[in-house]
Amino acid sequence: MSLKVDEIIGVVSSVLDETQKKRGTLIHAFQEIQKEQNYLPEEELVKLSKELDIPMSDVYSTATFYKQFYFTPRGRKIVKVCTGTACHVRGASKVMDALKNEFNVGDGETTEDLAMTLESVGCIGCCGLAPVATINEGIIGEIDSPKLSKMIEDIKED
Amino acid sequence: MASKNNTDIKSLVIRVCVGTGGLAAGSQEVIDEFTKLLKKKGVRAEVLKKCVNKTGCRGFCAKDVLADVIVDGISHTYQLLTAENVARIVEEHIVGGEPVEQWLVGPEYHAFHDKQTKILLHECGHIDPEDINAYTEIGGYNGARKALTMKPENIIAQIKDSGLRGRGGAGFPTGLKWEFCRNADSDQKYIICNADEGDPGAFMDRSIIEGNPHSVIEGMIISGYAIGASFGYIYIRAEYPLAIERLKIALSEARSNGFLGKGIFNSDFDFELKIKEGAGAFICGEETALIASIEGKRGMPRSKPPFPAHKGLLGKPTVINNVETLATLPSIMTKGAKWFSSIGTEKSKGTKVFALTGKIKNTGLIEVPMGISLKEIIYDIGGGMEKKNRTLKAVQTGGPSGGCIPAANIDMPVDYESLAAAGSMMGSGGMVVMDDLTCMVDMSKFFLTFTANESCGKCVPCRVGTKRMLEILTRITEGKGKSSDIDLLLELGKDIKLASLCGLGQSAPNPVLSTLHYFRDEYEAHINEGICPAGVCKSLRRYTVSDEACKMCGKCKTVCPSDAVTWEKKQKAVISKEKCIKCGACYEACPFNAIL
Ligand SMILES: Cc1cc2nc3c(=O)[nH]c(=O)nc-3n(C[C@H](O)[C@H](O)[C@H](O)COP(=O)(O)O)c2cc1C
Ligand code: FES
Repeated sequence: MSLKVDEIIGVVSSVLDETQKKRGTLIHAFQEIQKEQNYLPEEELVKLSKELDIPMSDVYSTATFYKQFYFTPRGRKIVKVCTGTACHVRGASKVMDALKNEFNVGDGETTEDLAMTLESVGCIGCCGLAPVATINEGIIGEIDSPKLSKMIEDIKED
Repeated sequence: MASKNNTDIKSLVIRVCVGTGGLAAGSQEVIDEFTKLLKKKGVRAEVLKKCVNKTGCRGFCAKDVLADVIVDGISHTYQLLTAENVARIVEEHIVGGEPVEQWLVGPEYHAFHDKQTKILLHECGHIDPEDINAYTEIGGYNGARKALTMKPENIIAQIKDSGLRGRGGAGFPTGLKWEFCRNADSDQKYIICNADEGDPGAFMDRSIIEGNPHSVIEGMIISGYAIGASFGYIYIRAEYPLAIERLKIALSEARSNGFLGKGIFNSDFDFELKIKEGAGAFICGEETALIASIEGKRGMPRSKPPFPAHKGLLGKPTVINNVETLATLPSIMTKGAKWFSSIGTEKSKGTKVFALTGKIKNTGLIEVPMGISLKEIIYDIGGGMEKKNRTLKAVQTGGPSGGCIPAANIDMPVDYESLAAAGSMMGSGGMVVMDDLTCMVDMSKFFLTFTANESCGKCVPCRVGTKRMLEILTRITEGKGKSSDIDLLLELGKDIKLASLCGLGQSAPNPVLSTLHYFRDEYEAHINEGICPAGVCKSLRRYTVSDEACKMCGKCKTVCPSDAVTWEKKQKAVISKEKCIKCGACYEACPFNAIL
């Protein structure tokens, strides 16, 4: 991957120095890598560190700070269960527990066959539909027992 | 109304709600059906997608699919529509001129709207957010246009006069913040829009951006010009893909209209905006952490002063404003400071958007004048409790930084000062209604789990303190609380508030302290008697059936997943201690509150 630093930074690059520019692209670069590979492989981070002239320790420390970034491969279906306030009040933990038991994974874990990754997330902004979960891009709201069973089926089918 | 021939109709607009809720309920089919039938009838109509997501529209999508049918400017709103209903509406209403009464929205819908004052949300759901003309046609960008003809000092004076305070949480006077930045001497300044919206339970900012992105851009132009910044950033959560998409479209449209770029609105002011996607860290909503994140660093806050208005992004003077604050600016510019300050209370002016959620009938986004009472919000707008047999216990505001207001105090006005005095805060606008099935200890534990997780780890009081508080709360909910725990929580809470580096730690103990203040007896019941009065804390639960209250309906048996209930017709139910998994399903299902 080669970085077009000026392009990423945009017009504001006219007032930045080189170091500031490079630093400013770092998180964006993580996001791009992860979009492509669905996690941040070590080799890519090493390359990035060289390209941007930022020590590997610093690259790593920045990447690990943000919850969005992963350092191991992720499941084909990413199941996120909202545990925000509204969802909590309306029973998010029941949904979470049911999925944990069904797929035998913990929060943040991926099944061995890489079929699914289960995650609890903060409010996803659909509180009116609480409790809410997402499977990849799709949103499932007002989850009750029938919807939960349907969800489990959906996750299982490939 | 006299029967109308369709050729009499001068304009026909149909707006169908295509929210997350709407789509799930089949709004696409409704749109298709309208389009098909109207074409058949030869009626020219605009069939629009009303709102783009459940939360962004009118917050009333429990009644999805909602659609407005506007014949020659007269609007009727239908609820619970399906594709099958469409034919009759076309036939009787559009062609025949008689709205189909039975499907029109009822008094609930009107109650939901009547007490609201919509400045920000007025356009949301009514204009197409992906078309800049829809915004300019209703006077959009006139505020910015006007601002650019004014002296920056005068704009700042006008904002100061309006009494506008930041909507991002702390409520700092916006005009004053701008003045600090304006007066700072520097070759370069920045304006940043804070769209990180990390409070769980809040979705106002996202809805404003999704519903009316240009209002935020216009606000940024006004503030940028006022403080003398030619660059701005919009820092937005990556979890909001639709909002980001809408912003991108809006930015490029604004650019091609000459509202962004060099010499905007034919003035000599250059202004450019850029979107920065967050990477998932609540703390990045804090302004100094946000700045660090834009700079490409770990998003950790630093101590203030210096304030960003003096030393912000890349060391340059920077103003950070919340989405809602910025989106309010255009109307203050066009309608004036007097108009704005006529709404609200003495110290809290204008309106505030809240995300009303929890155990309430009408959940959703509401915009109300400052100073409205909680009671009006809950009972008039919110329609009361979700379940008839439940009572209001408390209202939580301010999310993990806030506290709760007990039911006894709901006559209280909602403004910055009153909320703070009650031990809560305005926060960004989350408002969670809780009923008697909510355990206050569990609730505090929930918020503390959040803050302890999100603590960036830089300062000890917050990193270690929140963790210790969480441990104590956890053991209380597990029935292992000690009698000294309450004092310990109070002491820790006080210290963490005093000694933490940033707003996260300084406010993290609030949910605990406020529930301890109002619901100390619940903590004591957990600790001393080993019971959870609300029946939430699993380890403390023993479900039994009250002989007096049981009406022998058998509902509990139907819902029990572990076959723990024995019940026969005309017999009172009995719950087996051995088989019970303490899921609480029977407790929630019992219509007579007979399960204890
Ligand atoms: C932990 C923490 C999280 C915050 N999150 C947000 C946020 O998500 N959105 C926001 O606008 N302000 C947030 N703030 C407040 C900002 O630091 C800042 O005060 C605000 O954006 C200023 O804008 P305003 O004056 O328009 O309110 C947060 C503060 C703290 C301490
Ligand atoms: S709390 Fe779950 S969507 Fe907001």
